[in-house]
Amino acid sequence: MSTYPGTCPLTQQQLVDTYFMEHRTKVLDLAAYLDRMERSIDRNAEADFRVVALRRALQELSSPEPGRVQRIQMLLSDPTLEPMLQRDQQNAFGAFGRRDQEVQE
Amino acid sequence: MKYIDIHAHMVSRTTDDYQQMALTGCVAVTEPAFWAGYDRTSAAAFADYFRHLTEFESQRAAKYGIDHYTWLCLNPKEGEDRALAHEVLNIIPQFLDHPTVLGIGEIGLNRVTRNELATFTDHVDLAMQHRQLIHIHTPHLEDKYKGTKVIVDTLAADSRIEPARVMVDHVEEHTIEMVLAQGFWAGITLYPMTKVSPGRAIDLIEIYGSERVCVASACDWGPSEPIAVPHFIFEMRRRGHPDRLIHKIVYENPVEFLSQSPKFHIRQEQADAVLY
Repeated sequence: MSTYPGTCPLTQQQLVDTYFMEHRTKVLDLAAYLDRMERSIDRNAEADFRVVALRRALQELSSPEPGRVQRIQMLLSDPTLEPMLQRDQQNAFGAFGRRDQEVQE
Repeated sequence: MKYIDIHAHMVSRTTDDYQQMALTGCVAVTEPAFWAGYDRTSAAAFADYFRHLTEFESQRAAKYGIDHYTWLCLNPKEGEDRALAHEVLNIIPQFLDHPTVLGIGEIGLNRVTRNELATFTDHVDLAMQHRQLIHIHTPHLEDKYKGTKVIVDTLAADSRIEPARVMVDHVEEHTIEMVLAQGFWAGITLYPMTKVSPGRAIDLIEIYGSERVCVASACDWGPSEPIAVPHFIFEMRRRGHPDRLIHKIVYENPVEFLSQSPKFHIRQEQADAVLY
């Protein structure tokens, strides 16, 4: 997913007038979440793979290049293609890297 | 606007949800077999579940004027247990002639393990032996790219597969292109948090087009929205898309895909209903 100019039928001004408020609140929620992490009673997850992935995703958000959502999807994805030998657990985590983190620990 | 929800786990929903779906234009749902929230311990539990899907659920839907169809399988989340999978695969054929069973699904991968892949290919074999449509679940979150790639590559290497008879569901921004490029149908799931919002679903359709694309709620026992498709319709209109295009995505496309099964029919009164 790169640029695809002209595929959205709304003008930029219409997108701003219609959708700015709901995206404004999403940015503030994200900022508050990061602040809350820093105010935590025990800052014991600074290197958690999910937090690391989130911070990398935030860097991608500020990129001037289109295709942000696809790049962030890949940042959060397992890039390997070899099936696991056996199931580790039932549910996914939302970001890739826990197994690497366990090895380092 | 009338619509078809091609993926809804109605056994987990209340009758109030059927009412909401009927009130918002739903004329048919298709319900893939899925995970109960725990791993079942015997094939007998699956037999009971398949009976629920083929008998009770269709009657419940009919009270709200909704046609209920289903897909059968052992869900990918239980695919790790190869012995159980083998037993369940043996009982599925006795349900395949039921008039509301459209095919095998939702099969696929969960954490993308060797056993899951073996169970997936066993289900594909079963579908081929009985000439069934296939409905595929692609994994969640960080496993989606890897799982989708493994599934698409596996099917593309199988000369028996007719891609137009396969729905690869839960596509997102990083997986839709590979699915459509191989000729499969792509399902976009309108599900909070772990899948796609109506806004992102519309982005995908604006970029990749409306051919071989369907949207669905995948409502189940988790936080989900049984009237997600009407929310999508509302958002499509807000984004400036014409009702003709919306109708194609929420009604005509599902009819095109599902009609490949001789069992799928739209009742005349539904077909004649006002479009928008």
